[in-house]
Amino acid sequence: MDAPLELTGLSGFYNGQRVLGPLSFTVNPGERIALVGSSGAGKSTLIRLIHDRVNDTAALVPQELGLVNALPVFHNVYMARLDQHSALYNLATLIRPFRKDRAEVTGILERLSMGEKLWKPSASLSGGQRQRVAIARALYREADLLLADEPVSALDGPMANLVMTLLQERFSTFVVALHDVELALDHTTRIIGIRNGKIALDAPSRDLTPADIRPLYD
Amino acid sequence: MLRWPNVPMSHSRTARTSLMFVAVALACLAVSDIAITTSNPWKDLLQFFLGVVTPDFFSSEGLATALLRTVAFAFVGVTIGALSGFLLALVYRIRIVRTFCAFIRAIHELFWALIFLQFFGFHPLTGVLAIAIPYAGIFAKVYSEILDQVDPEPRNLLPVRTGVFSAFIYARIPDCWEQIRTYTSYRLECGLRSSAILGFVGLPTLGFYLESSFSQGFYSEAGAVLILFYVLIATIPLWVRPKLLPLYVIASPFFLGDGMPIIWGNVKRFFTEDIVPAPLRTGYGSEEFWPWITDLVVNQALPGIWNTLVLTQIALVATGLVTLLAFPLISRHFGNRVSRTGGHVLLVIARSTPEYILAYILLQLWGPSMLPAVVALALHNGGIIGHLIGRQTNGIRLRPDAPKGVLRYGYELIPRVYPSFLAFLFYRWEIIMRETAILGILGIYTLGFYVDSAIQNIQFDKAIILILITAMLNIGIDSLSRRIRSRLALQTMPTC
Repeated sequence: MDAPLELTGLSGFYNGQRVLGPLSFTVNPGERIALVGSSGAGKSTLIRLIHDRVNDTAALVPQELGLVNALPVFHNVYMARLDQHSALYNLATLIRPFRKDRAEVTGILERLSMGEKLWKPSASLSGGQRQRVAIARALYREADLLLADEPVSALDGPMANLVMTLLQERFSTFVVALHDVELALDHTTRIIGIRNGKIALDAPSRDLTPADIRPLYD
Repeated sequence: MLRWPNVPMSHSRTARTSLMFVAVALACLAVSDIAITTSNPWKDLLQFFLGVVTPDFFSSEGLATALLRTVAFAFVGVTIGALSGFLLALVYRIRIVRTFCAFIRAIHELFWALIFLQFFGFHPLTGVLAIAIPYAGIFAKVYSEILDQVDPEPRNLLPVRTGVFSAFIYARIPDCWEQIRTYTSYRLECGLRSSAILGFVGLPTLGFYLESSFSQGFYSEAGAVLILFYVLIATIPLWVRPKLLPLYVIASPFFLGDGMPIIWGNVKRFFTEDIVPAPLRTGYGSEEFWPWITDLVVNQALPGIWNTLVLTQIALVATGLVTLLAFPLISRHFGNRVSRTGGHVLLVIARSTPEYILAYILLQLWGPSMLPAVVALALHNGGIIGHLIGRQTNGIRLRPDAPKGVLRYGYELIPRVYPSFLAFLFYRWEIIMRETAILGILGIYTLGFYVDSAIQNIQFDKAIILILITAMLNIGIDSLSRRIRSRLALQTMPTC
């Protein structure tokens, strides 16, 4: 991402009622932002709204993951680059993937400890495994901004840390909703706290301690 | 003194709707013609059953060919129907496409066959198109419903520049492929039934042999045809294998037989002369046209519509009764293993026998009236819904101290399955009406009777108008049934 992303007047509505915003902030290149706040504060809505604004320049990991259950892990990851190939190539891949793509996807999955699941249908995976497939898909995508909604909620501590490190390596800029305060402080440069649909906190991570964030959850 | 309690009208919408339908059916019953007119119905029936238990598979050498043709017509017809239905499903959002599909599926396979017979003659194309066209309309509707249910999220997550085709094969097809496959193979079973009954209008399938042996009183031969047909349907899981399917699809066009060559002059004449209303054709114009159309409406269309409606309403409620009696036969909440196996056999026979064949047999035995048609429709459709409901009750877990027998039936099971029972029944309402109309060909005075007589008298102009009226009636019932189902919040997957 080269230019700052200025987000202004973001508003979310539910049943005709404003549940979020209007709020504005700027995402600077190289900034890794964590959205924190209690459940229902509007983090998911905010991620969606940002995605609507930037659309194709961002890789998105939604909370529902959006996996195609009947397809194997490989194809779910491969889908992130459907636009890079012709329809015929994609059709051939559906039947029998090419070696080059297979190697690349396997590489990503191995870093997520999912290498051996390459051909398993995603319907047969556990919650944590499904989450890692969605993350692999985002890593595989040709985008330089990541938007993710609770991408590590189903992973244990070490795995969550590993995933956050991988995301950090791959994406210089991201906006990630996280409920784990420690994880947010460790892996981001900036924290935005949402409360009742408004920005209640916006500060560099290094200036914050868990105690500063706790009031958002009260 | 005991007084009649002040019972309020039931507040349940489903109960009120059911009672209304029962009342309508009773009224229809009062004006209908239900009778057994043959002098010795039970003796004939007994002889027929004797024929079934002493089948003669070797009397006519054509039987094996007929079996082959039945399978070939079904495969080619269903394949073409499924492919075109799938393409139509992709553009099903367009109103004109929906209307077109509703129209082609509102016309029964046999009516399509009767139309094509007039200009293609006994060419294989007649049988293939008679199956493919209405099936395409049904496939289009069901496939589009299945496609609509796919989770849209994976599609939304794709890169924006992803091609339509790539997006389709990755984000939509995989998650509904299993459903599409199940439904298509289920329709193949329906296709075999349709293919068999095409024999009744002269195509070289099993129905042709059934009719000719039956009408000559060769009950053992007729029994053999029926048994072959059951075996064919019952062994579908054994011989229709995913791996063999491409082979069948490729091979079947070569087993349709040659039939008679198409005379293209007939095709042209049919469209430019035969179906033009007679008064317009002869050039007398409107002064002849009005008496002609009035005569058609008053003497054929209206009685046909009336009888079709009366028979449909009776058959619908009779189907409901048969279902309610039949589902306990296969439910694990009643009886034992032996009784349930027997129940399964009965229901398989009831639902594999096309209503047309059942009606034909009963009509031969009991003589012409609405009775054979009602019994045939109720047995066939009741067998189908009874099977589905029975299976559903097997998934119900009752508390350990739940009552047994009649109380279990009335207080535990019926309340749980009644909504889906009604959903299936209303879903089949349109199907029952389509069949009712077609049973007229056998000599019951429904719309099919008037269509068939018009064709016999070489009045194709009248036949086409009557077929169009039948189609409109079906579309009307279909939309009424959909409205009732949505009012009662009933949902169901399609059955054929």
